[in-house]
Amino acid sequence: MSSTDYAYLSNYGIYSAMVLFTIAFLAHAAEVAFSVRNVEEKTKFDFARTKRSGDIGTVMMVLGFVFLFAAVILRGASANRVPWGNMYEFSITGALAFTGAYIFGLWKYKIRWLGLPVAISVLLTLGTAITIFYVPSAPLVPALKSTWLVIHVAAAIISGGVFLLANCIAATYLILDRYESTSGRPAWAQKLPSLDVLDQLTYRLVAFVFPLWTFAVIAGAIWAEAAWGRYWGWDPKEVWAFITWVAYAAYLHARVTVGWRGRKAAWLCLFAGSTFLFNYVYINIWGSGKHTYSGL
Amino acid sequence: MSISTELDTRSSLRWLWRQLTSMRTALILLLLLGIASIPGSIFPQRSQNPLKVNDYFKSYPGTAKFLDQLYMFDVYSSPWFSAIYILLFISLIGCVLPRTFEHLKGIGAKPPLTPKNLNRMEFHTETNSGTLDQAETWLKKHRFRIRRDDNSISAEKGFMRETGNLLFHLSLVLILVGVGFGSLFGMKGDAIINVGERFINIPTSYDVMSFGKLQTEKTLSPFSITATDFKATYELTTGAPSDYKLTVNIADPVGSKEVSKIVRVNSPLTFGSTKVYLQANGYSPLVTVRDKSGEVKYQGAVIFLPQDGNLTSIGAIKVPDMEPQVGLIGSFVPTFARNSERGAFSTYPEVLDPRLLVSIWVGDLGLDSGIPQSVYRLDTSDMKRIGLKTLKLNETHNFGEGSITFEGWTPWVNLQIVKDPGKIYALLGAIFAILGLLMSLFTRSRRIWVKENFDKSGVEVAGLAKNSTPGLESEIVSLVKEMRG
Repeated sequence: MSSTDYAYLSNYGIYSAMVLFTIAFLAHAAEVAFSVRNVEEKTKFDFARTKRSGDIGTVMMVLGFVFLFAAVILRGASANRVPWGNMYEFSITGALAFTGAYIFGLWKYKIRWLGLPVAISVLLTLGTAITIFYVPSAPLVPALKSTWLVIHVAAAIISGGVFLLANCIAATYLILDRYESTSGRPAWAQKLPSLDVLDQLTYRLVAFVFPLWTFAVIAGAIWAEAAWGRYWGWDPKEVWAFITWVAYAAYLHARVTVGWRGRKAAWLCLFAGSTFLFNYVYINIWGSGKHTYSGL
Repeated sequence: MSISTELDTRSSLRWLWRQLTSMRTALILLLLLGIASIPGSIFPQRSQNPLKVNDYFKSYPGTAKFLDQLYMFDVYSSPWFSAIYILLFISLIGCVLPRTFEHLKGIGAKPPLTPKNLNRMEFHTETNSGTLDQAETWLKKHRFRIRRDDNSISAEKGFMRETGNLLFHLSLVLILVGVGFGSLFGMKGDAIINVGERFINIPTSYDVMSFGKLQTEKTLSPFSITATDFKATYELTTGAPSDYKLTVNIADPVGSKEVSKIVRVNSPLTFGSTKVYLQANGYSPLVTVRDKSGEVKYQGAVIFLPQDGNLTSIGAIKVPDMEPQVGLIGSFVPTFARNSERGAFSTYPEVLDPRLLVSIWVGDLGLDSGIPQSVYRLDTSDMKRIGLKTLKLNETHNFGEGSITFEGWTPWVNLQIVKDPGKIYALLGAIFAILGLLMSLFTRSRRIWVKENFDKSGVEVAGLAKNSTPGLESEIVSLVKEMRG
């Protein structure tokens, strides 16, 4: 097969994965919607009734992950390199990492309740990637030709996936917290874990991935030293990577040494996560500096 | 000074020190450093892109002047940024060093005494069987540090958590030391050389150079680099570069036997703590300028600066040795195309169908005015244009006062020479920081106490996990199970 064949196959993989994630999204939506029951004039959610729908959602999510994985690999094969050379490729790999983190969480922490928001986020990411960020598969510019591309970008993308997952959980915490402090937990959220568990889960994800993010930044510095003649130059991307690092460091300190729990910690986590997103979207597209390459 | 004011000063100094070195201050300073670095990603920085700063000054002169007073174009070398940086540095040291000594003292020390009321602990159970010996065996097997008293055991595990934590913070200090050392004793410069030319590492060889505060030009390593070949490879369809390969002969020190090396974008040359990077490239057209009598007045490769991805390049040729003086503003087009909208431009970065476009000026070049001039620009204020010409390869144009011949071209490369003796400390700091982080985030620190009942019919077991990390409960359950037999 030629490299264009691989690129086309990869695109089909992305489209197929999007179809699968859409089914997963519908299945998870149905899981919530059809579990509604009226008991004595009150709305109740009975998830036992819609277990099958939820199962379909999970299966589609896993299948979508497999197709997306294949699409990412094929994209790499089409250019004979790791598929991390531009915004389109970062996005599809990021979506893969995010789905992977969710499936890992599904297996380890039973977080199926996150299925709906995860499916929506992945669909949005892939949709933007293939419509706005898409660029034809091409070889890398000389500065990107390095083993550090694999190491640095892999670490950054995985960190990003986990940061976003932690953000989803922190956001859930804040929403449920607001309900519980006013009208009580709504029926649809009955099956979700307790606030304590959400809080602890967010912390564990961040604590797990913070060393990896630190490593991503350091690997970037080592690479920058080889490619650009300095290991740290306050390039906009570096500035925001540093800010993200500081924000998560503050989160960890706030929890471990100052003893922040719950609401304050969740807000801090959301803030830290948004600095990462800002760096990814804003700096890549509208920023200037050495991390912006031809096109996107 | 009276005794009381002296006491006051001393105690307020001590108060200040305590405030500065508290964990909270360190955290606030860290956050401040993060916030303080934001403007540098919004406004153009002199250290990265001086041309953009100039543009900003032209577009918004008033705002720019105001922003400049706040160091917004030199954020990372501004006094306020340095102030935060230095305070954080002191605070970190003041915070971590005492804890390190405290921790070192704790090596080999026994765990603290068993508290009186164990039932206040997070986990607490009682059994009606089991002995302290059984508990001790279990705890030893699970590598707890143990203090055995008459009727109780106090056990502790997770010493590495604090070790990792301290290692991480000390490593941050090491990184800061590395950064500081590099900026004081480092050096950075750029030199453009044509392929075929030799670069000798002395100050006059540089186009631009800057030194760290404690570094002087005497300490430049005495090496030389001769560029023997440069090959740029481009994508045929897009014209995007795919590889740059520079072949050089190096001699270290100058005059010693030359060795051939290859430099690429991601693989610089190394001379001790000095590295030489391939940063940019372009073309130098080879021209010969003759006067009316046919005598050669100028001959050589003139460095032109690329203006776009297809390397349409512009530059200036100055011939002061003619009467009147002659200057040419040139444009070198590696692969020629022309349309009404853009005029002449290049469609591919390799030299496939080159042209040299010149506009010819005569008059005073202004070289004797004492004002430094750019070699890439012609000051035409005292000159008059007498012609325009598009030259093909080997074509000669006669412009009345003389003639110009377009003889060929040679590629040039921009070498960036960087000396940073601090980076090795920064790297070591970074490695230790990660090790420390992993140690502290993945070690669980906890205490378990076992106490005999008064009638020795059973024991009381209690535990406490630092930062309420999970897992202690199951540990205590398995200890209790062991003692129940």
